[in-house]
Amino acid sequence: MAMRPLLLLPEIVLFLGGLAVLVSGSFLPRTRQWVTRVIAAAVLVAAAALAAWDLPGPAQAAMEGTFAVDTATGVARIVAALGTLIVLALASDEIAGSPRESETYALLLFSTTGTLVLAGADDLLVVVVGFLLASIPLYGLIGIARTPRGAEAAMKTYLLGALFGILLLLGVTLLYGVSATTSYAELTDRLAEAPQGVVAAGVVAVLGGLMFKAGGVPGHFWVPDAAEGAGGTVAAFLTTVPKIGAMVAAYRLIAMLPDTLAWPLLVAVLAVASMTLGNLAAYWQSDPRRLLGWSTVSQVGYLLVPVAVAGGSDLALPSLLLYLAGYTVTNLAAFAVTTAFPDRRDLDSYRGMGRARPWLGASLVVALLGLVGTPPTVVFVGKLTTTAAAWDGGLAWLAVLVFVNTVISLFYYLRWIAPVYGRVEPPAPTPPGAFVAATWSATTAVVTAGLSLALGIAAGALWSVFSV
Amino acid sequence: MLSLIVFLPLAAALALLALPRLGDAAARWTWVAVAAADLALVVAAWLRYETPTAGRLAFEEQAEWIPGVNSSYHLGVDGLSLPLIAMTAVIFLACAIFALRETDRPRLQAALFLFLQSVSMGLFVAADLILFFVFFDLSIVGMYFVIAGWGHGNAARSAMKFFLYTFLGSLALLVGFIGLYIAADPHTFDMVELAEQTPLAGSSLAGGLVLAAILIGLAVKTPTVPFHTWLPPAHTDAPAIGSAVLAGVLLKMGTYGFVRIAMPMLPEAWRDWAWVIIVVGIFSVVYGALVALAQTNFKRMVAYTSVNHMGYIVLAVGAAGLVADDTAQARSVAVTGAVTQMVSHGLITGALFLLAGVLQDRAATYDMDSYGGLAGPAPRFAAFFAVGAFASLGLPGLSGFIAEFQIFTGSIAAAPVTAVALVGILLTAALFLRALQRIFTGETRGRSVGFTDLRAAEVWSVGPLLVLSLLIGVFPRPLLAVIEPAAEVVVELVGR
Repeated sequence: MAMRPLLLLPEIVLFLGGLAVLVSGSFLPRTRQWVTRVIAAAVLVAAAALAAWDLPGPAQAAMEGTFAVDTATGVARIVAALGTLIVLALASDEIAGSPRESETYALLLFSTTGTLVLAGADDLLVVVVGFLLASIPLYGLIGIARTPRGAEAAMKTYLLGALFGILLLLGVTLLYGVSATTSYAELTDRLAEAPQGVVAAGVVAVLGGLMFKAGGVPGHFWVPDAAEGAGGTVAAFLTTVPKIGAMVAAYRLIAMLPDTLAWPLLVAVLAVASMTLGNLAAYWQSDPRRLLGWSTVSQVGYLLVPVAVAGGSDLALPSLLLYLAGYTVTNLAAFAVTTAFPDRRDLDSYRGMGRARPWLGASLVVALLGLVGTPPTVVFVGKLTTTAAAWDGGLAWLAVLVFVNTVISLFYYLRWIAPVYGRVEPPAPTPPGAFVAATWSATTAVVTAGLSLALGIAAGALWSVFSV
Repeated sequence: MLSLIVFLPLAAALALLALPRLGDAAARWTWVAVAAADLALVVAAWLRYETPTAGRLAFEEQAEWIPGVNSSYHLGVDGLSLPLIAMTAVIFLACAIFALRETDRPRLQAALFLFLQSVSMGLFVAADLILFFVFFDLSIVGMYFVIAGWGHGNAARSAMKFFLYTFLGSLALLVGFIGLYIAADPHTFDMVELAEQTPLAGSSLAGGLVLAAILIGLAVKTPTVPFHTWLPPAHTDAPAIGSAVLAGVLLKMGTYGFVRIAMPMLPEAWRDWAWVIIVVGIFSVVYGALVALAQTNFKRMVAYTSVNHMGYIVLAVGAAGLVADDTAQARSVAVTGAVTQMVSHGLITGALFLLAGVLQDRAATYDMDSYGGLAGPAPRFAAFFAVGAFASLGLPGLSGFIAEFQIFTGSIAAAPVTAVALVGILLTAALFLRALQRIFTGETRGRSVGFTDLRAAEVWSVGPLLVLSLLIGVFPRPLLAVIEPAAEVVVELVGR
């Protein structure tokens, strides 16, 4: 066991990059804040490249065995860094030249670092560190727009975050109390001999904290408000990137637990609750971002499906990573469309968009149908493999419920697609006028939607990388 | 070869999308040219086709796709799929010609239909369940945009209903596929391997559940009673060529799934549940015909006769599951009839829906009572219509007769009680004759006044479909020679 800090180079680069952005931003004039965006982008590319460099290597442990550097960490690093990079592209329209530009970038980088710490955590205390590092910048990000709704959302997120953070700490304390260790390597055996009631309470509390981070039931209440109230950039970020770390951390936690209690069932119940609640709540939303917010709650449910069979099926981990990667590009594509038209905050205001902006319309269709899991987008392959994993792990009913929920979800995505290609009645509804798309967001939407298709077709290659 | 047949239309669709400055006329003719080229390729494939050995496919192509879950890009044809891809190519060409007079965004429409053509072709040649599912789902997406974008009446609502309903079916299908995958050892999605393995043999409960999931998926698409309620509104509000493709090609995806997937891969469960399938078939036949009889809207009526015609297919494939030693020949005849019916129904119903499109184009209504004495001003229309109607009701000399005759010969030999479904033929005869009488005979009145007869594009799109139906009716041998060996294989596989 050794520290081997070099293994954490991507995280270190991100964190130092965040500091560099923060410091340089305070010296740069308002008109030249774009330099900080370039720095942030370069840092993210560097982190992703470093992670890709590491990826083919064997699994290693850093920080005295508390941090795992393996395929899951590697994939999470790449996906999270590139996801944040895409978010930066959206920011180029929305917050370029705004008063808090460099601070936003710094917070994005810090939060991404936290996500990566969560993803690699092989120790309960590291989970706590990752949780805090990912959450605290997020509170700031949500409120940074200084709108009444933003303030409300920040408050709500903060209070819930504090609550679930305490819950997480409580869980860690309980587990430590009965096992005298926080390291996953030793927990497996010691928890098997510990009093099961305490173990159950501890694990539920830790899982609850992770669910807050992922935005799944029971920690989901902040997601729709934050998605609606925060700026478009932040909304895209918070519904996408934190999930990557939280889901991988949840996977590691469940995979580590001894099978003395019915953990798969617990996770499966959370999964079903998350997908069902998210889908039903999304039904009659009229704000596209709030709709997407609820949709991400349901997506967490789907992401939990392979977690439920962690260790029970060979398909579980690769399918989780594939779904995470696919979800990240697809969800960002959908958000990119909303940031391309920041003033259109009603589904009906997209009426006729498909004709006015055919490429954006097509991107939105690909993104939304992709979120449903329509082939050949990558989320389809993710959904296919995660459900196959569930079935393989003995939870066939969970697979069936995933598909029932998928049908339910189709309706609200179609509620958005329908006006996009709907007829424009002769007295064209003017506000907010013609479809003038923000350039960066529009390009991002097309690129990410294309990526979602391309990754689906190239899923075989991805899979072979993920299942090393 | 097969990849080219499948992806040529898609490539053309992308080219059309990438060239926004292309003129409308150029787009329309490009579509016709590509559809014709694809048909030529299919004809070439047919000429080179030799019946593969039992359980194998001709023109096979295989490449790795998602090796992690043993799903590959695997294509191939046999006697079940070759007639269907030929029929698909014909229908899409007919639609392309019919749409030469389209004025509403012809470039996009051409691209969308070329996309649908790729998807339909791909489905019929897919030899991997995931590939099959990909095309199955994309056909739904494509048709949604056809109905929503070019439909009339309450198109948005009908399109939504169509999408939700058939998507539900497709997911049930996917559940079944995953069940097959998990049960197979080694896990695989490859159709050829799965048909060899029959993964769920011996476990009747699991086999029954997986079959149920697959049957629900296919039954929604086919559609059979009681899963048919999406069909009439979708047809009524779809544009003419959309209806032709929906009825002609997309419905066959369901029935094709029975013979390609359900029967060979789950023979034991199929035999156990054969009676249920037969009953559903008979019910669809009779119910579809009865409801069609009550319609006043011509297009709706044809839509319900589709339920009736699909019922015959379900009946035949169900009867094929009643295994007894002395009926192997008869069951094989029934399956041959079922596949023939898929082709025949595609051609005839495609033609009838295109003719319905002419009604809508000229007089903006499908209501049969609004017309009368139409044979006077529109003799060509009347003649085409009459041929289509007679073909649909199963008049000897036309393809419908060949198909239904075989279906009943085979089914009644396997289970005499299926003769009940003959009522369906009687009812369809009555309803088509009544429709002919309402629209064409008597004094020229109502919307018939000033009705323009068929134009060249319409003659050249509907005409070939009817001529093919006639050809199959008179010289069925070339078609049956392709289908029969494959049908025997299916019957043998179900009997295992």
